[in-house]
Amino acid sequence: MPRDVVVRLDGLHKSFGHLEVIRGVDLEVHRGEVVVVFGRSGSGKSTMLRCVNFIEDPTAGVVEVAGIRLEGGYRTRRKREQIRQLRLHVGMVFQQFNLFPNMTVLDNVTCAPRCAGRGTDKDVTRRATDLLDRVGLADKAREHPIRLSGGQQQRVAIARALAMEPDVMLFDEPTSALDPELTGEVLGVMKSLATEMHMTMMVVTHEMGFAREVADRMVFVHDGRILEEGPPDQLIASPEHAETRAFIDAVL
Amino acid sequence: MGEGPRRGGAISDLWERWQLASARVPFGAKNAAVWVVLFALIAFFGNAAGFDLQWIRDNLRYILGGLPYTAAIAVGGIVLAITLALLGALARLSRNAVAYGVAGFYVSFFRGTPLIVQMFLIYLALPPVGQNLAEKYTWLPEGFDEALILEAATAGTIALGLNYGAYMTEIFRAGIQSVAGGQGEAADALGMTYAQKMRKVVLPQAFRVIIPPTGNEFIAMMKDTALVSFLGVTAASAEVFRRSQLVGKADFKNLEAYVAVAMIYWGLTVLFTFFQSRLEARVGRGYDRQHVVRAMQAQEPH
Repeated sequence: MPRDVVVRLDGLHKSFGHLEVIRGVDLEVHRGEVVVVFGRSGSGKSTMLRCVNFIEDPTAGVVEVAGIRLEGGYRTRRKREQIRQLRLHVGMVFQQFNLFPNMTVLDNVTCAPRCAGRGTDKDVTRRATDLLDRVGLADKAREHPIRLSGGQQQRVAIARALAMEPDVMLFDEPTSALDPELTGEVLGVMKSLATEMHMTMMVVTHEMGFAREVADRMVFVHDGRILEEGPPDQLIASPEHAETRAFIDAVL
Repeated sequence: MGEGPRRGGAISDLWERWQLASARVPFGAKNAAVWVVLFALIAFFGNAAGFDLQWIRDNLRYILGGLPYTAAIAVGGIVLAITLALLGALARLSRNAVAYGVAGFYVSFFRGTPLIVQMFLIYLALPPVGQNLAEKYTWLPEGFDEALILEAATAGTIALGLNYGAYMTEIFRAGIQSVAGGQGEAADALGMTYAQKMRKVVLPQAFRVIIPPTGNEFIAMMKDTALVSFLGVTAASAEVFRRSQLVGKADFKNLEAYVAVAMIYWGLTVLFTFFQSRLEARVGRGYDRQHVVRAMQAQEPH
C-alpha cells in the first residue's frame, strides 16, 4: 500500500516579474517523512517552501496539502478562504522567528488556536503549556519574546506552529539567523519532532549533520528545479551531478 | 574668530566677570529666569496698556463655560478622524481598487481644500442639497429636506473629523507599513483571517508608532475647534473662542477677551503635551533600548 501523501507539488512555477524563480517542480512528501531541501542561495529553495502554504502564490501549477488541492496563478475571494483552510494544516517556522513582540510567549502559542476556535480557553492554554514544556521553555511562558535568546525564540516559534496540530511542518532556514552555539538547541527540538512525534517535515537548511541524522530524503534544488534527490547518505557521499557535489563540498 | 584688539578695559573686564559668573548658573535656571522675565514684561506692558484684570475675573466663568463644548468638538472630531484614518489606511493598503480609489479621493480632497471651506460646505452648502433633492424626488422620505441641516457644532465636528482623518490616514498607513512583513506572514501561515491578523498582530504593533503623532493631531485639533465659531453659534452653546468674542465685543474689552482665551488654549495644549509625553514613554516601553539591554543581560549565562 502506498504511503499517505501529505504534500504534493505538481508542475510548480513561480515568477517575480520577469524573474522565473521556480521552473517546474514536482514533489511528493509522505506522512512522517522528513525532507531536507538544500541548494545555493537564490536557487529557489525557500520560494518553493513558501509556495506550499501560499505565502508566495505560485504563478502556475498545483499544490496539494492534506487533500486540499489548489491551483496557483489567480486570486479570488473563494481561493483566499481555501488558502486559509490549507494553511490550517501547515505549520511554518521562519528564519527570523517572526514571533509577535506584542504578546507574551504563551499568547504567541495560544493566539492561532484561539482564533481558529480550537477548544476552550482552558484546553488551548493547557496544550500550549505542554508544547512549551516540550521545547523546554515552560518557565518563559509569561515573558515577552524580546527577553529571549534567538534559540529560545525559535523554539517558541516551533511550539506556536505545533499548536495548530499541523499535518506538515515547514522550516525555512530555521537556524541561519542564530549564533552557532544556539543552533544545537533548535536542531535538537526538530530532531525530537521527527523521531518522537513522527512529524512530516520539509526543512530548508544547510545543516548537513542534521540532514544525515534526521532526513529520510534530501532534495537538491538548482536554478528553480529539483536537480536530484535521494537518501542523505547516498546523496552526500556520491551525488550524481557536478553542481550537487560542488555545493556539498562547499558546505561540509 | 580671533580676539580683537581690547577696547574700554573696564567694560571688557566687567563683561568677562559677568560671563564667568553666568557659567556657574545651570542652563535650566537661566531658561526659567527668561520665562519669568518675559511674563513680567507682559504683565508690565499689559498694566500700562490698561489691561483690565477685573473684567477677566468677572467674565472668566462664562468663557470657561465653553470648555465642555470645545472638548466635545475636539473629542468627537478626533474619534471620527481616528475611525476614518484607520479605514482609509486599510483601504490604501488593500488590493481592492474600489477601496483604494475611494480612500485616495477622500485624502486628496480633504487635504487639498481649506478646513474652513470644508466647514462651510457642510454647514451651509449641504442644506440646499437636501432641500433641492427633496423637491425633485418626491419618493424620498419625509423630512429629507431638513436632514442635512446641521447644528454649527455638529457640522464643525464632522468637518474637523473629515479633515484630520485625511491627514491621519497617511500617519496610520505609515504606521501599519512599519510593522515588519514577517509579522503578517507569520499570522497568515497560522491560518488567521485578515481581520484576526490585523486586530491581534499588525495593529497593536502599528499603534506604537501611530499614537505619538495622533496625540499631536489631537492637540492641533483642539486649537482648530476655534474655527467653529465662524459658523455662528448661539451664545449658550458656544465654545470658548466664540464666548470670548461675544463678551469682548459687548464690553469693548477685546484685549482682555482674546488674551484670556489665548491663555485657555495655551494651558490646554501644555496640559495635553504633558500627558502625551507620558503616553509616548508608556507605549515605547516594551521596545526601548534599556529594556533590550536588560533582556540581553538576562540571557548572558548561556
